[in-house]
Amino acid sequence: MKILVCIKQVPERDARLRIAPGGTSVDTSGVATEINESDQYALEAGLRLAEGSGGEVVALLLGPDGAEEAIRRALAMGAARAIHLNDAAFQGGDASATAKALAAAAGAESPDLILTGLQSDDAGWSQTGVLVAERLGWPSATLIMEIEPPADGRIKVKRELESGWFQWITLPLPAVLTIQSGIYPVRYATLKGIMGAKKKEMKKLAPADLGLEPGQVGAAGRRVEVRRLYVPEKTAEAEILQGDAATAAAALVDRLKKEAKVL
Amino acid sequence: MAGAIWAVTQLEKGEPKGVSYETIAAGQKLAAALGKPLEAIVLGAGARGAAEKVAARKVERVRLVDDARLDPYAPDPYTAALRLAVEAEQPDYVLFPHTYQVRDWVPRLAAALDAGFISDVIDLRADGGEPVFVRQPYQGKLNADCVFAGSGPRLVSFQAGAFLADDAEQGDAAAEIVEQAVDLSGVDVRTQVLDTFQEVENKVDLSRAEVIVAVGRGIGKQENLGLVEELAAALGGQVAASRPVCDNEWLPMDRQIGSSGQTVAPRLYLAVGISGAIQHLVGMKNSGTIVAINKDPNAPIFSVADYGIVGDLFEVLPALTAKVKEIRGA
Repeated sequence: MKILVCIKQVPERDARLRIAPGGTSVDTSGVATEINESDQYALEAGLRLAEGSGGEVVALLLGPDGAEEAIRRALAMGAARAIHLNDAAFQGGDASATAKALAAAAGAESPDLILTGLQSDDAGWSQTGVLVAERLGWPSATLIMEIEPPADGRIKVKRELESGWFQWITLPLPAVLTIQSGIYPVRYATLKGIMGAKKKEMKKLAPADLGLEPGQVGAAGRRVEVRRLYVPEKTAEAEILQGDAATAAAALVDRLKKEAKVL
Repeated sequence: MAGAIWAVTQLEKGEPKGVSYETIAAGQKLAAALGKPLEAIVLGAGARGAAEKVAARKVERVRLVDDARLDPYAPDPYTAALRLAVEAEQPDYVLFPHTYQVRDWVPRLAAALDAGFISDVIDLRADGGEPVFVRQPYQGKLNADCVFAGSGPRLVSFQAGAFLADDAEQGDAAAEIVEQAVDLSGVDVRTQVLDTFQEVENKVDLSRAEVIVAVGRGIGKQENLGLVEELAAALGGQVAASRPVCDNEWLPMDRQIGSSGQTVAPRLYLAVGISGAIQHLVGMKNSGTIVAINKDPNAPIFSVADYGIVGDLFEVLPALTAKVKEIRGA
């Protein structure tokens, strides 16, 4: 079984973010990065399925040179090889432009299954995986919490619905699944894995390699534009109660009783 | 009609889901800003009753796509139904609540229509006639003003709680309901539902609680939950949690507050050791009085709180419980 996992490199969760000159993007220079959290879970789910079926996982990433770090991590975790969509024309895209490029690259690989995280921790559109599915004309399912090995050309998955509800559904392969964080514990890369990753294939592709015009991808192909990126103004400033625990607790109870009148 | 704004109603057990009225409230604001008519569109099977409820709100008309293939929900027939309706009527904007279900099928619609889709929006305004949609990327740490580029239909989804259902104005009279005919006979429904279930019965309806003490990752381990339970007992409230606490199985999932749990608005909400990721905030930010106790002064939870204590919860909780018991004479 051939499984393609789309991953994204994002700033680390606790990273301090600076707005880049121009005011429409984050200055990523010197910012520590990681593989987007739910993409890590997608990678783990893909590796488990591949190990169970004697197949392989191919990692696919769109991003600049610096994103090679995320690709190396995916290879160290166990992906067999990687495709890096790396060209100036790919940069500055929205979910639509990025999905167009990912779908072209993924379709050319003819995998049985495409996995990706349910949303990115940076842009957070929660669209890309499903956009890729529609571009390829494949079925999709989102917020996946469990995957059973495929049988008779269909795959059975557990979806998370709203308000504590879940659903088992089946869908025919090839298909796209977006993975919810927490599906399986994510493995650490072993030293052997890290060493082995250096010998694995990392293919770099530009729009022309995918049969796409530069104007269809990246900033030129986007349908949504960020006009301004900024730190939100604090709307309500909490009153911070000072002092040691007992003093602060007493002040809080006093406010709740006399000011908020909730005690 | 061409140039209209559509607000899509999501059904749950045949009734309009509450967030659908929030979408209508957002639609009314966009319609006023752009001078365009607002229409609601209901997709479902046997959904006339739901359409009648929606028709009480101030909309030009309600479009009803009533087809047996739209129940149970599946992405293929929903995408086909709305794509056909949009192609026939050419609305300028199609608005949705940003629910899990919308995230499952509306990106398909966007790709099928080659439309722009601004998802998870918290506010909107018009700058010189051009609509600007505000969203919060980077886990809510930053705001982004977004605009559409290029032509074609424009899709927008709104975060739960960003607009209030009560703000969706009632109409002077019920709006007309128009049957929107779409032919779904050729649609291949590829996903098949086997079973829909709740893992835990929602034994506790936290939405009725007057006081909630919610606990997050900061509690460290399950053995420490006693501190939270004692405070909740002293306040006569319920214990709740953010997602990581339930993922670790320290508390059952029916105690979870947030986008994948329950939405609450008690008179008093205490968030203990909860940083305040947006997924949690959407489930509690409309609470009456919010108290945050956290060791990190920069935790986003303080931005929605009325009162805060920056400190070690293992010291603050016992002190707070003692003080509450004292004033309650217990």
